[in-house]
Amino acid sequence: MATFEEKQPAVSMEKLKWMYEQMVKSRYYEDQMVEVYTEGKAPVFNIGAGPVPGEMHLSTGQEPAAVGICVHLTKDDTVTAPHRPHHHAIAKGVDLKKMTAEIFGKETGLGKGKGGHMHLFDPDVKFSCGGIVAAGIPHAAGAALASKMQGRDWVAVAFIGEGAANAGAFHESLNLAALWNLPLIVVVEDNSYGISVPKASSTAVASNDLRAAAYGISGAYVKGNDPIAMYKASEEAVARARAGQGPTIIEIETHRYLGHFQGDPELYRDKAEVPGLRQLDPILKLRNMLLEAEQVSEKEIEKIEKQAKKKVDEAYQFARDSKYPEPESALKDVFTS
Amino acid sequence: METAKKRILTGNKAMAEAIALEMERDPSVFVLGEDIGNYGGIFGSTQGLIEKFGAQRVLDTPISETAFIGAAIGAAAEGMRPVAELMFVDFFGVCMDQIYNHMAKIPYMSGGNVRLPMVLMTAVGGGYNDAAQHSQTLYATFGHMPGMKVVAPSTPYDLKGMMISAIRDDNPVLFMFHKSLQGLGWMEQLDVSAEHVPEEAYTVPLDKAKVVREGKDVTIVGVQMMTHYAVEAAERLAKEGIEAEVIDLRSIAPIDKDTILQSVKKTHRLFVVDEDYKSYGMTAEVTAIVAEEVFYDLEAPPRRLANPDVPIPYSRPLEDFVIPNVDRIFEQVKALMDEE
Repeated sequence: MATFEEKQPAVSMEKLKWMYEQMVKSRYYEDQMVEVYTEGKAPVFNIGAGPVPGEMHLSTGQEPAAVGICVHLTKDDTVTAPHRPHHHAIAKGVDLKKMTAEIFGKETGLGKGKGGHMHLFDPDVKFSCGGIVAAGIPHAAGAALASKMQGRDWVAVAFIGEGAANAGAFHESLNLAALWNLPLIVVVEDNSYGISVPKASSTAVASNDLRAAAYGISGAYVKGNDPIAMYKASEEAVARARAGQGPTIIEIETHRYLGHFQGDPELYRDKAEVPGLRQLDPILKLRNMLLEAEQVSEKEIEKIEKQAKKKVDEAYQFARDSKYPEPESALKDVFTS
Repeated sequence: METAKKRILTGNKAMAEAIALEMERDPSVFVLGEDIGNYGGIFGSTQGLIEKFGAQRVLDTPISETAFIGAAIGAAAEGMRPVAELMFVDFFGVCMDQIYNHMAKIPYMSGGNVRLPMVLMTAVGGGYNDAAQHSQTLYATFGHMPGMKVVAPSTPYDLKGMMISAIRDDNPVLFMFHKSLQGLGWMEQLDVSAEHVPEEAYTVPLDKAKVVREGKDVTIVGVQMMTHYAVEAAERLAKEGIEAEVIDLRSIAPIDKDTILQSVKKTHRLFVVDEDYKSYGMTAEVTAIVAEEVFYDLEAPPRRLANPDVPIPYSRPLEDFVIPNVDRIFEQVKALMDEE
């Protein structure tokens, strides 16, 4: 299959279908979350009300960044994600039921309700995320260091937003990873805004892959929110990392269809912007490409979509049916035993 | 009869020996930090390690605290046992996010599913005119925050035993060593910074205070330099007929309430001394514990002595004024004994 721009076949149909399924799952997951999150928050928005309280950062539109690289990863590879983590978690294979229960604050959640949407930890698939900008990069570098010290060919991927590329942790970690030749890939998701600040107002270079030169490492730029171009750039970067040939920065041009958080009035962008971006929906594009390739029938696509949605529905149901933790359990887990 | 020759080690050598023993025992232990390789650590805590274990396990880092402490967290989550050094505790500002929002919280936020078996060691303490940004202890700053074990050993024996315990512990441990107790050639030589330390590996618990001098009239609680000052003051008080019991806190968090309460129930008077800032500090915590638990055992209001809430000044007479010393402990304990 070619990228959205090119026309050479490069990706197996099996992998394309996997990517499509994860993208559909991720999109549907976020669509459901939009609805769930508003429960109990109308007519007056109260961030602390409803079954899912607190801040909620959704990834609708950014799916290509996650699936294009996670398709090359195994359970043994590490992924760290930022405050907007659902698409990464889904692509990395995080237990969807436990993840959703965690977001609902239930005792069956990944962190027994202690973490929440921004603090999902699934050590079974080596996934973690956090609410502090850029902080996951050194953790991924550390996982990469551990892999190298243990003589493995496991890699670590740190997903960040383009705003995080201006934090010290980005530069410190990449210098360290380059110096120590670590199997680290930093994926910069350029969705154009650091909350409300446009990239051009925060970043001295046009794209963060250019910063790779500063560390003597490889950089790649993926334009057009294209999952197949992301697949190709990631394939090279992951192979390089596994071969002990050092880190890579990949920046992908992607699009955030929703606010920075749910409830964001989005006064910083034109009302026409998002409808325009939605015209470029990578899921629809990929769907059309799969059909045009004539190796997948409409019926098969629908089956994939149905399965993906079923898993999401089951996860939400599991979360709703689960119990809240006992209040006293707040005292537990300060130290592991 | 043969007399065994007792081996004397300084604080820094006791620490380095502890790390070396654990590195021999467990291949997942490694050390990283600034100037910890060929330099052996600015305060000598990694002396000799690179010669023994090589640069693969003794990693000199760039001046990138967020990256290397964060990487220690990431490596610990993968089952390694990193010992990271933050050169001065005062440098915590550039990496406190990693220490507190991540190292201390990930085990909890993961519902206990992620373990971080790491040690973050750091140099604390003033008294040598290094001024406001290189002299703090910050015991309470770290003790206030849940999720870390915070220890502050006062003797070479405890530095070794508690370092071994810290490395073997599955939780993140903030290991504060006092610069003045390292026995370094380029600082004031204190008798208490060198003592007999057994050659073999041994552990000292991370949650137990220690009665270092027994007495019946008053309890003095301190940690690191203040413990040693308190012992000196107690010897002077003894000449005046006052027998002070001195407790070396050793662990800031979790704090050993039992040892403190048992002592106060016996002596009925409490004096707490701290090199750290007074407000919201260790002295306040110890006093509050005693007031809450054994208030009616007290024969006089507790007293505390600590840095009077000012950044540590550079000039010697100014610094001497803010850091508690033997004279002031002696005088204020005497005043406490005079109270009804």
